[in-house]
Amino acid sequence: MDYSQFGAMLPELIILGVFLLVFLYDTFGCDCSKKFLTPFTTVLFGLATVAIWLIPSYDEYIFGGMYVNDTACQAMKAILNVGVFIVFLQSAKWTESDEVAIRKGEFYELILVTLFGMYLMISARHFLLFVIGLESASLPLAALVAFNKKHYESHEAAAKYILTAVFSSAILMMGLSFVYAFSGGSLYFSDICSNIVNGRGTGLLVVALAFVLAGIGFKLSLVPFHLWTADVYQGAPTAITSYLSVISKGAAAFAFFVIFAQAFGTLYSEVWEWMMYAVIIATITVGNLFAIRQRNMKRFMAFSSISQAGYIMLGVMAGGIGLASMMYYIFVYIVSNLGAFAVISSIENNSGKLSMDDYTGLHKTNPWLSFAMTLAMFSLAGIPPFAGFFSKILIFTAVTSTGSTALYMLVLVALINTIISLYYYLLVVKAIWITPGESAIANYRSACSERIALWLCVAGIIFFGIVPFIYEYCVKAVIG
Amino acid sequence: MFGNILIWFVIVPVLMMAGLACCGNSNMKAIRTVMVAGSTVLLGMAVWLVCEFLSLRGSGDTSEMLFTGSWLWYAPLNIHLAVGVDGISVLMLLLSAIIVFAGTFASWKIDPLPKNFFLWFCLLSTGVFGFFISIDMFTMFMFYEVALIPMYLLIGVWGTGRKEYSAMKLTLMLMGGSAFLMLGLLGIFWHSAPTMDQCTWNILEISHNAAIDPSWQRLLFCFTFVGFGVLGAMFPFHTWSPDGHACAPTAVSMLHAGVLMKLGGYGCFRIAIFLCPQGAQELAWIFIILTGISVVYGAFSACVQTDLKYINAYSSVSHCGMVLFAILMLNTTAMTGGILQMLSHGLMTALFFALIGMIYGRTHTRDIRQMGGLMKIMPYLGVCYMIAGFASLGLPGMSGFVAEMTIFFGAFEEADMFHRIFVIAATCSIVITAVYILRVVGKLVLGPVQDEHHLSLTDASWWERLSTVTLIVCLAGIGFFPNWINETIRTSFEPIINALQNAL
Repeated sequence: MDYSQFGAMLPELIILGVFLLVFLYDTFGCDCSKKFLTPFTTVLFGLATVAIWLIPSYDEYIFGGMYVNDTACQAMKAILNVGVFIVFLQSAKWTESDEVAIRKGEFYELILVTLFGMYLMISARHFLLFVIGLESASLPLAALVAFNKKHYESHEAAAKYILTAVFSSAILMMGLSFVYAFSGGSLYFSDICSNIVNGRGTGLLVVALAFVLAGIGFKLSLVPFHLWTADVYQGAPTAITSYLSVISKGAAAFAFFVIFAQAFGTLYSEVWEWMMYAVIIATITVGNLFAIRQRNMKRFMAFSSISQAGYIMLGVMAGGIGLASMMYYIFVYIVSNLGAFAVISSIENNSGKLSMDDYTGLHKTNPWLSFAMTLAMFSLAGIPPFAGFFSKILIFTAVTSTGSTALYMLVLVALINTIISLYYYLLVVKAIWITPGESAIANYRSACSERIALWLCVAGIIFFGIVPFIYEYCVKAVIG
Repeated sequence: MFGNILIWFVIVPVLMMAGLACCGNSNMKAIRTVMVAGSTVLLGMAVWLVCEFLSLRGSGDTSEMLFTGSWLWYAPLNIHLAVGVDGISVLMLLLSAIIVFAGTFASWKIDPLPKNFFLWFCLLSTGVFGFFISIDMFTMFMFYEVALIPMYLLIGVWGTGRKEYSAMKLTLMLMGGSAFLMLGLLGIFWHSAPTMDQCTWNILEISHNAAIDPSWQRLLFCFTFVGFGVLGAMFPFHTWSPDGHACAPTAVSMLHAGVLMKLGGYGCFRIAIFLCPQGAQELAWIFIILTGISVVYGAFSACVQTDLKYINAYSSVSHCGMVLFAILMLNTTAMTGGILQMLSHGLMTALFFALIGMIYGRTHTRDIRQMGGLMKIMPYLGVCYMIAGFASLGLPGMSGFVAEMTIFFGAFEEADMFHRIFVIAATCSIVITAVYILRVVGKLVLGPVQDEHHLSLTDASWWERLSTVTLIVCLAGIGFFPNWINETIRTSFEPIINALQNAL
């Protein structure tokens, strides 16, 4: 075996290195040095993030075509890394809390393992590797969801998550075995792409693709595979919720695009185009309609993230420029959503308040948090001049570039849904600024790490749109 | 890029926001200094721009847009920050600058959170100015939305009455309009050139290419016209306007009725009609019906209101309906009248809302049944209210007369039965306007004093006088010297009229 091929897997190796260092530190470091574990991990991971932005990509397929780390994959990994870095920053204070402090090493290790799995999902060009990635991205997450050992909801959430995860993996495998039958005994994306046309017109092929869609749709919480989302988001510790809602979703969306474009691209118009229409419209609409009634902020963000996943999926309908817009959308979504979660978790850590009603009059006691939350909500709703506006418009532009009337109608549905989403995002703004009443949350100063995370997010929200650099970076990574 | 004067119309409000952010939360002196300095600079720039524009035109520069500049922004989708002005946008910039200036003084004593109020106010003006300088559809749309969203907080936090409901209704309806608009713009963009990679967002290039297929033009015209029409208070999408205006704080009502609703009318001819001329020729009749209803229905609704702000809000529906109605006549005279009406209505409504704010600040009621005899109590405000009323009902010597005369002259040029019927119906609205204006003026200004406590109220203070005098001077200015404005607008319509004629 040619070991030099591992050289092409630099991002994975870097994450593996970070993981091992953290693991060794956590296992063999003396108790008195444990308090440096959080800054150590965060700084180390920050360096790894910078490294992944800088190292060159490698366009050739390695391990016989199983794995590739081309510019698009590399860019996606770099984007995810930024998100994870922000999650680490905003959870730093939580990891020091009494319940968690003793196990904080596990928190970082498990997150790094899932991130490693997501890297494999992104780079896999063979379904076996993809499934390995998917599993190592899903299963440790169940442990993370149950991280608050003493919370009843946390257990319930973890049980729900693991059961749905396993069930959906099973469905995915079932679908893959059907695909295997059509593809002439190969699970390489390229082989599937050229051979699967043999199965044209058979009902089994539709079933196979529907199963694959369902399996990955679970990770993305696409409707109708979204039923776990709200409960899990609510039960999980807030740091994990934010990780689940952006990073795990972003990686799955990228993998989804690669699989459907590269393995099943030849069947687009006859098999899965209409499936996508149905799934996208259902995801955006159902997510929006259910979000309206939520008062718990984490459930609220859960349904908001379901509907955002629908918008991300729009990119799948538009080829190369669609992938670029999708990556850009994910990046903007990462900073906007993490901005919102930074506020939510900061407030939760300080006062334990999680209901939207507690946010009443927040601007009187915590003007900066209110300001950040308002920007995050505006960005999620797609209001200019914030980044969310640009990501929405650019993905709509990409989708309509194909010129098909059906896609224009899809965009119209998505646009009308942005109005519904604006309504519930404004409910948060309204609670903070308009609803009269005294604030239930006293004035406090957030921890330093939380503030850095929040500032990073706010800077992203303001500048990612106005400065075209990020979008051009994505386009360059995908199209060249 | 910074050598272009137009860019500074966006930069100055942004600088004002930065300046405000540095002020202390309740340091009124610093906040007012920033606002007055900024809005004076804007007004000065607008006046300078008008003079410079006229002298350039006078020296024989006949290009479609002056002061043009274009800077690449999002290269992969050919999005530019492209600016340029013709006579109409210059006048709109001047109007916005005047109203921002007057609005600053009208909200001299805003409470609570003065700093945040002016921050959002500046963001709103950034959007308005940006919209009028843009000739790139993408940036135009962006600035359009920038102008919409601050309304939510401005009404929700500083408004009166059912403010939460009104703010939400206004924001959602206007954003709903912009959803249709966005789809229309995307369609125009992807059909703007014969091949995909030449597609452009630049309005001038799109109209030169004239590449949009007629069947698409019909669809896109409807989408964009409805999108902008919502902001122009077109029936049946006008219901946000009365509630929104009635609940908004004074300066916001001024800016919103005075300028923001003009964004709708401006967009209708600059994008919907200019870029889809064939669609406009074929389908204008649908919207003539709708805007005709706006004109008459708005006027009738105003007759039965008792709240001063509701009266003016419905009168705005009627007058803004008239703007769209005039533009849809698709001939130079009527369209020129439409623009005059925009200017006139902008100044007049701003004056109305400023006065109502001042009266309400003293009497704490806006119900005309509980007030009377303003002439005795506060003669200055009473006279101003009468002037505003006369401008609204189109008394000669005021801008309203010039505008409405031009519109009806132009509208009667269309000789077929369909147009005649609607023009005659619209003309009737003048009479109805006179009814509700005279009723209010008679009751409120000249009628008997209703409440003894009102007798102790004071007349306008210096900042209020400054705010109203600015507006009245402009109103009378257009009324007495309409000619130079008329010429500027008329020549600016040439490209649009040419596009319409080529489409026939």
